[in-house]
Amino acid sequence: MIELDGLTKRFGNKVAVDHLSCRIRPGMVTGFLGPNGAGKSTTMRMMLDLDNPTGGSVRIDGKHYRELQEPLKHIGALLDAKSMHGGRSAYNNLLCLAQSNRIPASRVSHVLDTVGLSAVAGKKSKGFSLGMGQRLGIAAALLGDPEILMFDEPVNGLDPEGIHWIRNLMKALASDGRTIFVSSHLMSEMALTADHLIVIGQGRLLADTSMADFIQENSRSYVRMRSPEQERLRDALHSAGIVAVEAGNGTLEIDAATTEQLGEFAAGHGIVLHELSSQRASLEEAFMQMTAGSVEYHAHSDSDGRQPPPVGPHWGDQWNQQAGTAPGDDPKGV
Amino acid sequence: MTTPATPPPLPQAPRAPHQHPPQGWEGGGPGLYASPIPVRTPGLGDAIASEWTKIRSVRSTMWTLGVMVVLLLGVGLLAAFAVSKSDAEMDGTPVLSLGFFGVLLGSICVITLGVLTIASEYGTGMIRTTLTACPSRARMLIAKSVVFFLLSFTITTVTTGVVGVLQTAMLDGGTPSADDWLRSTVGVGLYVAMLGLLSLALGALIRHSAGAITIMIAVVLLPLVLAMFMFSQSLARVQQALFEYSIPNQLGALYDASMTTSGPSGWEPLWVILGVTAVAMAGAFVSLDRRDV
Repeated sequence: MIELDGLTKRFGNKVAVDHLSCRIRPGMVTGFLGPNGAGKSTTMRMMLDLDNPTGGSVRIDGKHYRELQEPLKHIGALLDAKSMHGGRSAYNNLLCLAQSNRIPASRVSHVLDTVGLSAVAGKKSKGFSLGMGQRLGIAAALLGDPEILMFDEPVNGLDPEGIHWIRNLMKALASDGRTIFVSSHLMSEMALTADHLIVIGQGRLLADTSMADFIQENSRSYVRMRSPEQERLRDALHSAGIVAVEAGNGTLEIDAATTEQLGEFAAGHGIVLHELSSQRASLEEAFMQMTAGSVEYHAHSDSDGRQPPPVGPHWGDQWNQQAGTAPGDDPKGV
Repeated sequence: MTTPATPPPLPQAPRAPHQHPPQGWEGGGPGLYASPIPVRTPGLGDAIASEWTKIRSVRSTMWTLGVMVVLLLGVGLLAAFAVSKSDAEMDGTPVLSLGFFGVLLGSICVITLGVLTIASEYGTGMIRTTLTACPSRARMLIAKSVVFFLLSFTITTVTTGVVGVLQTAMLDGGTPSADDWLRSTVGVGLYVAMLGLLSLALGALIRHSAGAITIMIAVVLLPLVLAMFMFSQSLARVQQALFEYSIPNQLGALYDASMTTSGPSGWEPLWVILGVTAVAMAGAFVSLDRRDV
């Protein structure tokens, strides 16, 4: 169990984390979501007592991080793959960590085996690929067999097999009763692993909810209709007082009606339909809507005058825009 | 929007890892995982073991200390050889003082290692892992200092001892006293290791290897160079102080071969560097404790 209470971090004038309060519960995978620069990594660093909070506190099983006698046995963290000395072998990198927490050296070989790095245990870690570096970082997190595991973007740099592996690993660890806290910007990945979601934008808590509720609350469900007689369909809907939005490709989107109602409506008017389907926004779209709102909401405090990203199906636009393109750039032109 | 929804039900009971005996479970509540690894409170000794693993498992330790040993032996013996061939009179200067040149050069290696011991962790990002494993900044700093100090002190003392024995065997000078021997081996070892600790403290403050090494080399060389150019009469006292307290002159004093007749002599240079290092270490601790990693 990790408890954040009014956690705040300011870097000069910039507020990175803004009065964040939430609980991360055991026995499940909690996804920590937010666009780049939302304060995810800063929050994780404050949890590990690497950054000092400007205000508020973090409690790990009721204690401050510095009060933990053998921290690696409470909490294992993968912050980024580059948190090791490249000139040291994988085995020695883990051995020095194990020694500082009185963890038996046999655990080092064990966790290297768990992450599939036994064959390169004696190799210097600077020769490792990004994926191997991630695995070494995960091995370090697992070293003390901790009750809480924290992963900052763990699937970065992993191949599909590695992604599949870490997905199953996190689920297995959670089913042991552990607290799993994982940040990611890969929404599709979260949908497959997380049971619970904590969403932040510009350092503020936007949502703390279960995955299903998150989608339910934040995504639009609508009915899509396509007809060769689109004009007639529109007119009929209009005269019946049903709002239909033209969505391109000759399709209409209707928010306030069910497929049953609309199918009977079309049949009653003798209109041929080529498509009648109920649509639900994906997790990615739900997340985009939520964070786009937060960007719009905070636009006045945005010193570089960044345009709010368009809400739409172009997943990735937002990342491209926020990854450092010049302010005012058309995100679609990236 | 921020209202937490009803939390999903917790798993009924944690699945116990089959291979572990039940006594590993320490009465954790439902849904809480308890590790089968026994909890044994680690202390400074464990941190020292960890730092020893770190320092012996990187190449830079072998390179810096290896080069230092080569410099001490090479320059020391070359000086003795040159003096023995030139038929110069040795009775004025003590024989052991010929080790001074090698030690002065070798101290640069110890400075480098001292800085790297901590600054390389910032360079590689290892410091985040280190402090996650050992959140006590004081324990980490003490463990690093102890390991580094003992290692550099041992290597320097043994090497200066070997060089001294070889030099006295090659030259027919006056027999050095026991105190001369002690100062030019243990004393020099302590001084050089302390200089390394000062570098370590600076590395913790600067957090940048190249920057801290450059500053330390300047600390060693600059007072002497500055003093050489202080021709003005009004600066004579400053010049004198810079000469007396410059690190090369302090090292020379341990060999009874200082350039000045005033200033620290005998064992006194050790107290000077001890004071400076203690202040730097206190600063390093405050910096580690207060600043974000």
